[in-house]
Amino acid sequence: MLELKNIVFDVTEEDGSVKRIIDGVSLRLDENKFYVVTGPNGGGKSTLARIIMGIEKPTSGQILLDGVDITDKSITERAKMGISFALQQPVRFKGIKVHDLINIASGKDLGTVEACEYLSAVGLCARDYIDREVNASLSGGELKRIEIATVLARGTKLSVFDEPEAGIDLWSFQNLIHIFETMREEIKGTILIISHQERILNIADEIIMIADGKITKTGKKEDMMIDIIGASLEGGICSRMNIPEGGRN
Amino acid sequence: MAELTQAQKDLLETIAGLTCMPGGAFNIRANGGLAERQVTEHINITSKEDKPGIDIHIAPETKGETCYIPVVMDESGMTDIVYNDFFIGEGADVTIVAGCGIHNCGGEDSQHDGIHRFFVGKGAHVKYVENHYGSGDGLGKRILNPVTEVYQDEDSSVEMEMVQIKGVDSTIRTTKSELAKGAKLVVRERLMTHGEQHAESIYLTELNGDGSSADVVSRSVARDNSYQKYTSRIVGKAECSGHTECDAILMDNARVLAVPELDAACLDAQLVHEAAIGKIAGDQLIKLMTLGLTPEEAEEQIINGFLA
Ligand SMILES: Nc1ncnc2c1ncn2[C@@H]1O[C@H](COP(=O)(O)OP(=O)(O)OP(=O)(O)O)[C@@H](O)[C@H]1O
Ligand SMILES: [Mg+2]
Repeated sequence: MLELKNIVFDVTEEDGSVKRIIDGVSLRLDENKFYVVTGPNGGGKSTLARIIMGIEKPTSGQILLDGVDITDKSITERAKMGISFALQQPVRFKGIKVHDLINIASGKDLGTVEACEYLSAVGLCARDYIDREVNASLSGGELKRIEIATVLARGTKLSVFDEPEAGIDLWSFQNLIHIFETMREEIKGTILIISHQERILNIADEIIMIADGKITKTGKKEDMMIDIIGASLEGGICSRMNIPEGGRN
Repeated sequence: MAELTQAQKDLLETIAGLTCMPGGAFNIRANGGLAERQVTEHINITSKEDKPGIDIHIAPETKGETCYIPVVMDESGMTDIVYNDFFIGEGADVTIVAGCGIHNCGGEDSQHDGIHRFFVGKGAHVKYVENHYGSGDGLGKRILNPVTEVYQDEDSSVEMEMVQIKGVDSTIRTTKSELAKGAKLVVRERLMTHGEQHAESIYLTELNGDGSSADVVSRSVARDNSYQKYTSRIVGKAECSGHTECDAILMDNARVLAVPELDAACLDAQLVHEAAIGKIAGDQLIKLMTLGLTPEEAEEQIINGFLA
């Protein structure tokens, strides 16, 4: 349903030199499948997600959604065509309420009960949050869950989550996995999650490893573990991968 | 509302939310004269004898009543000055809805200057809502220069909501407050200017008694070629706490000048100011676009939320 063809993304640094962030990524995502993108920090995962959403324009390459070339389509157009994106670092708004954001996301005026369902799904006690402003008074974890709720409320055919687990406590983590599983059953769409968490890798149909702006490997978790550990050791962040000493069973 | 013109009725609805005569006390002023008045057992309104304006007496311990004193004008080329004094009895807890709407379709300027004084008794609580609005497509300007003075006795609290969202060409809004022991003042200003509008807000707050506090916050949006100036001066003369903040969204060719001033004249005065002026954050626009809004819709959402 989504196809990336040889995507390259360059940025010009302050000193005028060109830095390649994404280096020729080609990828096909199929309908109704669950993908997890992983790899070391700075590898280009978020950049790739931003390119899919249209927040960044690739330097070269092509993006197709259900066969339609969307490379030159705006963020809004892509959103309307059925792509949603939960940001790694959610945005705060002075004066916009949680309820407003969920309304905007769902594209209709939801009653409190309906709007609350999305919040409950992400483990927030809905009544306490629905009328709160999406401002600096929310904690990082709360904001992150609201971000996920907005993507749930959209219910599009492609949902991209950038490190949804970051900042979410352990108890909620289990629920988060549950959210993705139900989403998959209910929406029957494609889910792409950027994650470093083994438990999220566990539920993937396919894992995509990205390092240095390139896809280094794709496959099932069993085939990937060695690469994942290798890559994360290179990045020096083994602990983030949540892998017990001695590797996995 | 038989005597009021349709334009006046529309203004009343916009500035005071009134679609019919309210149940409690009110005084409606239209084109420089009294249109309607109603008093209650606890709230008395009388016309001043020496100058235009009214005295509003609110009896001690009056609870939960709302008093409306809107002013509407739809005659081009008139200048209206009015002096209103509020005497709020000890322990009262009331809401006062003021505001001024000018509809000017003519070629001459219309101006209303309301001089309001509040004498707030011990332990009383007042919520004051003031809405400014202009409409009409005449070349004549709509001008409002209100002056508000607030004298707060011990342990009283005053909440002021000052709103000007549309259509006022030129305004200088001056608000002076003096607070005694334990008194508390909260000001929330919301302002939007567009076209060639000019808006100046001046808040002068004196914290004279121990335990007094003030929180004066302005949120504004300046569009097109408009100009805003926000001055907030807090003087701390006792053990007190004061906070003032100006948060402005800048658009187009607008200009915003924020002048916070803190004057601590007592070792135990704690005064803070914050001012932030800038255009709408790019990541806010992007987030709303990922939810399917166009850039224009996203901008509108952000502004409406910010000024809500
Ligand atoms: N606009 C930009 N200008 C300069 N460098 C950039 C820009 N955007 C991304 N980068 C760099 O590109 C690299 C990839 O960044 P990206 O955020 O995509 O990594 P990531 O894989 O999501 O990492 P993490 O796991 O830490 O979230 C980083 O080195 C980052 O600093
Ligand atoms: Mg990232």
